[in-house]
Amino acid sequence: MSTIALYNDQGGAEAAVEAGQENSSSTGGAAFGLFSSDFKKNEDLKEMLESNKESLKLEAMKRVVGLISKGKNASELFPAVVKNVASKNIELKKLVYVYLVRYAEEQQDLALLSISTFQRALKDPNQFIRGSALRVLSSIRVPIIVPIMLLAIKEAAADLSPYVRKTSAHAIQKLYSLDPEQKEQLIEVIEKLLKDKSTLVAGSVVMAFEEVCPDRIDLIHKNYRKLCNLLVDVEEWGQVVIISMLTRYARTQFTSPWKEGATFDENNVKAFYDSDSEDKKDTTEAKPYIMDPDHRLLLRNTKPLLQSRNTAVVMCVAQLYWHLAPTQEVNIVTKSLVRLLRSHREVQYIVLQNIATMSIQRKGIFEPYMKSFYVRSTDATHIKTLKLEILTNLANEANISTILREFQTYVKSQDKAFAAATIQAIGRCATNITDVTDTCLSGLVLLLSNRDETVVAESVVVIKKLLQTQPTQHSEIIKHMAKLFDNITVSMARASILWLMGEYCDRVPKIAPDVLRKMAKTFTAEEDIVKLQTVNLAAKLYLTNSKQTKLLTQYILNLGKYDQSYDIRDRTRFIRQLIVPNEKSGALNKYARRILLAPKPAPVLESSFKDRDRFQLGTLSHSLNTKAAGYQELSDWPAVAPDQSVRNVEVIEPVQESTPSVGKTKKSGKPKSADKFYSDDEEEKEEEGSESSKDSSSSSSSSSEESGSESEEESSEESEKTSSDSGKSSSGSEKSSSESESEPKKKKKTKKAPQKKSKSPAAFSDSDENGNGPVAQASSSSAESSSGSETDSEDSDPPATPQKKKKDVKSKPKAEVKSKVEVSLLDLVDFSPAPTNAPKSSVISSSLLSDLEGLSLSNISSTMQVTTPSFGPVKTYELLHHMTGKGLSAKYHFPRQPCLYEPSMVAVQVILTNSSDHSLEEIHIGERSPAGLNIHCFNTIERLEPEASVTVSMGIDFSDSTQAAHFQLCTKEDQFSVSIQPAVGELLMPSSMTEQDYSKEQGKLLGMNETSATITMATANTSRLAISKQVLSVCNVGEVPSSQNTVHRFAGRTVSSGALVLVCLELKESSTALLTINTEKSVMASMLLRDLKQPLVQA
Amino acid sequence: MIHSLFLINSSGDIFLEKHWKSVVSRSVCDYFFEAQERATEPENVPPVIPTPHHYLISVLRHRIYFVAVIQSEVPPLFVIEFLHRVVDTFQDYFGVCTEAAIKDNVVVVYELLEEMLDNGFPLATESNILKELIKPPTILRTMVNTITGSTNVGEQLPTGQLSVVPWRRTGVKYTNNEAYFDVVEEIDAIIDKSGSTITAEIQGVIDACVKLTGMPDLTLSFMNPRLLDDVSFHPCVRFKRWEAERILSFIPPDGNFRLLSYHVSSQNLVAIPVYVKHNISFREGSSQGRFDLTLGPKQTMGKSVEAVLVSSQLPRGVLTANLNPSQGTYTFDPVTKMLTWDVGKINPQKLPSLKGTMSLQAGASKPDENPSINIQLKIQQMAISGLKVNRLDMYGEKYKPFKGIKYMTKAGKFQVRT
Repeated sequence: MSTIALYNDQGGAEAAVEAGQENSSSTGGAAFGLFSSDFKKNEDLKEMLESNKESLKLEAMKRVVGLISKGKNASELFPAVVKNVASKNIELKKLVYVYLVRYAEEQQDLALLSISTFQRALKDPNQFIRGSALRVLSSIRVPIIVPIMLLAIKEAAADLSPYVRKTSAHAIQKLYSLDPEQKEQLIEVIEKLLKDKSTLVAGSVVMAFEEVCPDRIDLIHKNYRKLCNLLVDVEEWGQVVIISMLTRYARTQFTSPWKEGATFDENNVKAFYDSDSEDKKDTTEAKPYIMDPDHRLLLRNTKPLLQSRNTAVVMCVAQLYWHLAPTQEVNIVTKSLVRLLRSHREVQYIVLQNIATMSIQRKGIFEPYMKSFYVRSTDATHIKTLKLEILTNLANEANISTILREFQTYVKSQDKAFAAATIQAIGRCATNITDVTDTCLSGLVLLLSNRDETVVAESVVVIKKLLQTQPTQHSEIIKHMAKLFDNITVSMARASILWLMGEYCDRVPKIAPDVLRKMAKTFTAEEDIVKLQTVNLAAKLYLTNSKQTKLLTQYILNLGKYDQSYDIRDRTRFIRQLIVPNEKSGALNKYARRILLAPKPAPVLESSFKDRDRFQLGTLSHSLNTKAAGYQELSDWPAVAPDQSVRNVEVIEPVQESTPSVGKTKKSGKPKSADKFYSDDEEEKEEEGSESSKDSSSSSSSSSEESGSESEEESSEESEKTSSDSGKSSSGSEKSSSESESEPKKKKKTKKAPQKKSKSPAAFSDSDENGNGPVAQASSSSAESSSGSETDSEDSDPPATPQKKKKDVKSKPKAEVKSKVEVSLLDLVDFSPAPTNAPKSSVISSSLLSDLEGLSLSNISSTMQVTTPSFGPVKTYELLHHMTGKGLSAKYHFPRQPCLYEPSMVAVQVILTNSSDHSLEEIHIGERSPAGLNIHCFNTIERLEPEASVTVSMGIDFSDSTQAAHFQLCTKEDQFSVSIQPAVGELLMPSSMTEQDYSKEQGKLLGMNETSATITMATANTSRLAISKQVLSVCNVGEVPSSQNTVHRFAGRTVSSGALVLVCLELKESSTALLTINTEKSVMASMLLRDLKQPLVQA
Repeated sequence: MIHSLFLINSSGDIFLEKHWKSVVSRSVCDYFFEAQERATEPENVPPVIPTPHHYLISVLRHRIYFVAVIQSEVPPLFVIEFLHRVVDTFQDYFGVCTEAAIKDNVVVVYELLEEMLDNGFPLATESNILKELIKPPTILRTMVNTITGSTNVGEQLPTGQLSVVPWRRTGVKYTNNEAYFDVVEEIDAIIDKSGSTITAEIQGVIDACVKLTGMPDLTLSFMNPRLLDDVSFHPCVRFKRWEAERILSFIPPDGNFRLLSYHVSSQNLVAIPVYVKHNISFREGSSQGRFDLTLGPKQTMGKSVEAVLVSSQLPRGVLTANLNPSQGTYTFDPVTKMLTWDVGKINPQKLPSLKGTMSLQAGASKPDENPSINIQLKIQQMAISGLKVNRLDMYGEKYKPFKGIKYMTKAGKFQVRT
């Protein structure tokens, strides 16, 4: 009743809604009178949504969500709802999001109205808002916005907040499912995110990897060790995804631990893990096979997860061990799997399925837990049958009596389906263990007198199979069954008995004809399967004992001939031709005996889980025993392990990019610096630490550069790749001068002394050693530090924050500034030990810093392929007027030098002048917006005397956008909000290349990436010098030598992402010229074009 | 991963649907209904059902089916675990997880589902984080919200989301600092006809309710940690410390949580707290059956056995039961044939018994098997395995917290075959 009412209600609502759409204003009239209440309801929802009151809107949205949840159509409200997308009320906004995601696909045009709101929100200083904006934007399945989504994803992937980066990883999958064409671009983002060291991101990006490009295992190599080490700290859902992916990865990269005799070069690997305290197992099993340390790393790092409270994680680790661990180690997972059986019914079901598969191959490992698989009467039927399956698999000579006793109880179960399954299980035990075959048979025969038909029938079937396996001396049982025949009504059982009679008619020569006689009487009333077997029996008897049965057989064949079922008519005809000799019958007649009474192979009773191991354990496919969509085959072990050095992370070298890198080279740079600072750490960590320190000084731009070059290489052979990689790294190391190295080192040295005083480093390094980073770290952090991290958690990576803040608490007043200086360093020291920072501002004055800057710059320009600008216009902009700044004035200019702090930053020099009559103290930079803005601040200026001025340098990461960087310039007393808006040309840095390279690159950047305009040049500007002067005044690019006089070429890269920007000016007749800009950043191109046009046209 | 979610009540109505990707028609549930029809009992519906284009993975909790629609390969346990987590969250938020509660709070449910899953991949499942994002509805808050117009939805990213201890929010403050731990052990056992133990094992949990200010760092040590054979931890527990010292060291989440669940190795002999004397028989040919049951305490270490509840699924042929309990009350449901006897406390001097006759359906044959008996019980102030907490220490904060530890033993899946 209620269902019908509900259905009506629903139907009514939909009808009403449709009606509302069709005749929006005209009165629906009497036709809709029935549903008028519903109709009105939607109408007043619309009114409420369009009202001015927040509370009314919220109430309306709540009701709309109610409609959606019931599956009712509320799409007609779309225009009214979408208006509220920019609402200030966060709950209202969220509900609108819910609505949008639900209906945007249906109302694509209207959905576009909301896009701009999200685009704005993507720049919001609050990371939460940025994240949710991206989430909703990417959930709107409207193909038109694919480019916007892609752009947003790319930007978010470089966001400072790991939360936003995580969201971008999710968005990748959404975009991919919306438009698979974007695959290549998305893979680039994935590659970038895979390098991310935040535990928050790891799970999501691996998920994206699995969805978009699961076959690109080459992307995993470099991140393999990092993923293994992060695994414990990743959130549980991410763990599942990462572990399954790593299982697949490991199967392609390592040799099988199951067979002996595989050897491989141990030396270089051992050296790598030298001081690693582990490897006990490796040494104990001194066999020819030596496990790759990376293989061991994976096993070791997943083992603690067996203790997870999340059953999916435990199962996942179990399957990893099953598929990857040496045989003798697999049994550690059994205990945990058995523990899962305490969980919910559904969990039990899946776990039991997996145990069933495992127990076929390795019964030994589950045998100690046999009693955990005993069936309780309260279990659900499918659980019972699975347990039965496992018990049968576990049965052996030693425990069979216990198991059979248990089975006896089950046979009596009220659940008849289960009782029948038990009988089959007994049959399987009987065939597998010959000792008990007789016992089982007699037990089954006893069951033949059971009152329940299904039990009897099942017993007959199983006995039939058993007898077939050993037909000797069982005529007694056959006789007994013949006696029971009259009482058995289940057709399958009757058919089985008839078959047995026929097959072994020579053993029961008297009874068989009698049974046939009885069957002849009841033939017409039998089921098809029984009829068929009767015909069979008749034929067999006719051949062996034609004297007694000839007439009976003919009678039965006649009955069969006119049967309703064509199967039986067919069979009868066939048998008749075969056995009854007549003139027409052919050669077959002679062989009738051999055909019908041929010895038949005994059926094999085996588990239905026998071949399930072709599927990876724990997967949906395994559970269903069919290949599910999107199932990734687990490959076989390679005979020879692929090059293991691909996983060595340290060979990555910033390639051909202008990084004032810490100049870490594998041999010299790393150990020197690392030993000093991480001396008490494991070598493994050391390598990571140094890697991260390298990363911290290099930047997103260089890393994207790397990825670019890598993806090019990926097409080539793997071996080639590594060789070219190492080649690059060595050349890179040569080039990078010791001077550029010394600068950061100096920093570190200065920091070292104070570091000793604070007690924290020990705690941190400790936490890293046991791989339990966050926990241990948190344990050592005090209450103060945690509250500190809360307040400031937005402007840098979370793992860095507590450390940083901690320092702040400890070191006195200057600490705050120092911490900001170190932001870039800290950013990526995720799991490196103690941050290598300590107060330094007092040691290195800002002027010295700028000196150093110059120093390093000269070196960089010689080594890197970035040219120093040939023309440096000093256009100074006002930052803070002395009137508004209460005496403090500030001006800034772009020195057009690569930024010292991070290559992705644009260097800015700020001249601070005190035009007041008193000295200003503690000039520093305060809050900034957007919050994610990466600013490298100058050190606090302790004191600025009246009329004095000081030049300080800053680095700002504009992320290749001309959006202004807002921040606060603070003195001890005051705060002034200021902003720096870069001209687009300042976001570039010059890049030098040959003409050939230039045209090659230009060739790649055609089509959408090309922006051009024809301009009329001012006459004064036609000379080469003038042109280059004008161009260089606008943008920071390098001139490319040109062989043609009429063509002027300039090249640069964007600072943040390193995208190439090519400017080309081709002079034509009558002082017109074609100005072309080639770059991926089309927005930049158009802005640059506008900026360039102006000076060239003017004169 | 998870495409859509449908909630289906016991009468087969889809009362809530949520889609994380494109909309999947609710007709996909027809396959589920089909499977439901085929299954005799609600529990017998297979958790994984393949359909031509989707896969349905369902869990049954509180008589509601949570059916997740999957489109491609995903570990089924992943989905099942997540669905259970959803139910736990609902329970946490609304106190109960019933159809009515979900319908009443449909907006909160939707907001929760939205936060818990992004594009079908779990986003925030930690209750501490969720509660910062979406505040649980309380009468007081609803009133305040209506007056002030404020909302239940947080504007900031939950602090836990980014911190190294995602399970704990920062800035926790209490005037009374308290930490309570409940050690609860359950005995799973199968006792055979003659009263001997076929299998018995102990599963224990330590549930905690921690209300401490700031960021306390707790350590909990046991007198006899060797008892614990297999353990699983809340993510807050430092595994290495446990491995090395057998000490639980952790920064607790705020509020209620399950710190540890453990298994006591089956090598140890498990004390069975009660025995059952039973005599259930049906005579051939007669439509009467005898039912005679007596309970008595066995190994209880001097503690009294309370809250005893006996239940038994009588054979289908039984029409009525005419029984006489020496204490407590009994009920017999003639439809489900379920006999339950609420015994209460067992008095060792006067053992509780339930005696009487059962009448069988006319013409029904004698049942093959006697019904098995399930027993629930509680013993306060004792952990049957003998596990004892040694001490609880707090570091990292100055104040002195109030600490309490409670032990309890329960019967888990305790079954007596007759």
